[in-house]
Amino acid sequence: MSLVSASTSSAEQSNSRLAESAKPILRAFVLLLAGALLWEGYKAMGQATGGTWPLTNVSLPVRTNSRSMPHVWDVIGALFRPARRGGEDLLLIILLRAALFTWRSAMLGFILGSAVGFGIGVLFTRSRLAERGLMPYVAASQTIPVIAIAPILVIWGGKLGLPNWVPVMVVSSYLAFFPVAINTLRGLRSPAPTAAELMRSYAASPTQELWKLRVPASLPYVFPALKVGASAAVIGAIVGELPAGMGQGLGRAILNFASSFSSAPEKLFASVVISALLGLVFVGLVSVFERLTVPSTSRHARKEPLGART
Amino acid sequence: MSLDSSAAISLRDVSVTFAGGAGGNVEALQGIGLDIQPGEFISLIGPSGCGKSTLLRVVADLLQPTAGAVSLTGKTPQEARQDRDYGMVFQAATLLDWRKVLANIELPLEIMGLDNVERQAKANAMLELVQLSGFSDHYPWQLSGGMQQRVAIARALVFEPSILLMDEPFGALDEMTREHMQMEVLNIWRSTGTTVLFVTHSIPEAVFLSTRVVVMSARPGRITDVIDIDLEHPRRFETREDNRFFQLLTEVREALRRVESES
Repeated sequence: MSLVSASTSSAEQSNSRLAESAKPILRAFVLLLAGALLWEGYKAMGQATGGTWPLTNVSLPVRTNSRSMPHVWDVIGALFRPARRGGEDLLLIILLRAALFTWRSAMLGFILGSAVGFGIGVLFTRSRLAERGLMPYVAASQTIPVIAIAPILVIWGGKLGLPNWVPVMVVSSYLAFFPVAINTLRGLRSPAPTAAELMRSYAASPTQELWKLRVPASLPYVFPALKVGASAAVIGAIVGELPAGMGQGLGRAILNFASSFSSAPEKLFASVVISALLGLVFVGLVSVFERLTVPSTSRHARKEPLGART
Repeated sequence: MSLDSSAAISLRDVSVTFAGGAGGNVEALQGIGLDIQPGEFISLIGPSGCGKSTLLRVVADLLQPTAGAVSLTGKTPQEARQDRDYGMVFQAATLLDWRKVLANIELPLEIMGLDNVERQAKANAMLELVQLSGFSDHYPWQLSGGMQQRVAIARALVFEPSILLMDEPFGALDEMTREHMQMEVLNIWRSTGTTVLFVTHSIPEAVFLSTRVVVMSARPGRITDVIDIDLEHPRRFETREDNRFFQLLTEVREALRRVESES
């Protein structure tokens, strides 16, 4: 009987769905506000006590002067001023252009990395031998720092005569593939043994078993990993741009503003904010795709992703 | 003795030995011989660990016997599986939770490559048979345990197999739902003429449903008794209050007790 009472009119449903999709935006806004308040609160406290915790002599971990911690409004203000004295473009425009440029490599890297990660998951599900032989390499790949990999790939890419965005994309995919591979493998193995027996009783081919049973069952595991992969791909692209000598991306912008940190710290903080926003938008896009693909019932059963790289 | 090729299921000297760990090899089944004629309803009953489910898996070609021969309608289990001669129902309904009820029932037909129209027609007919016509657009989690199991039965029968293999299908249901489901499975059995091999823990369930009850012993799993159930068909609610029903319950119970005291 509860089934009857649970079905509401479609108008009501679309209304509540609208409210449902507005909720995360509101939540993000509140969190941003809280973050800004904490920042300014800490700063005000430090200014009042002269750099120590209240009523103690213990000094604060980060100095609170405007050189170390510019005011939130100064950071926002910097976004809406020209980046250089006498320059035409606002810092915001320059950073957004750089973010868009970086996002292109990150997007391609994310797609490549996810495809490779998914492929590795499928291969390892089909072959225990492949898993045993290759898993150590997959795991080891993540212990090598990106700053070591990136120049190697750039040099190789240059030797092969590839355009310089190719190695950047590969660095980005290098960070994205791992969480996708690990969680795809886990998701593909998630169906109960009886579900596999059921497919066998229908004389389903291995390919049918993969696409009708294992892949749909893996999606609640794969999507959280794709979100981890999306943000990792952004980091990979930013780091990869540096040895590739690409001047238009966020990597160069961050490096430039870091070198002038002591004179204009708010510009570095502004580029950090834009980088973070880029990651958030990317992860948000994956979430939208998830909502369209996975029915909410199986999304509820999703697990935390393994192999999230920090 | 050779296999009975006219039987729905024929088993000769079937043994299954699992290569064990510390305790050495485990003999799950030993010298199983049984002929099940088309249209019979056979229950396998015995203490846990007697290999009932193992036997079902051997018939279904999900497990290779170590020794002995098996045939389904004169074919090897592998041929029978590839020809989709049997449908299978497990204790857990094992529905795919991203598919709606109708799509779950269509799954085997999809694998067989039937077109959309034919699939939906067959799946809808099965939904009607298990009395869930109004629920085709529900997700499995929106249904009760009994309803989920009815969907699983519909899915097992949708490609019209001649044999239905059921592994404790009502084991997780409450007593009321269970009795209701027993009646329903008997109705389906009579209307489709399917041969049923049914694994259960419950003596009343075995007696109420079956034409014959096969009693098994544990470690190694052997057939110790085969008891004919001569209750009138169709079985009714009142059958459970029949004197003959109680006599047969006692008979099966005594057979099981002999099994227990032996081991």
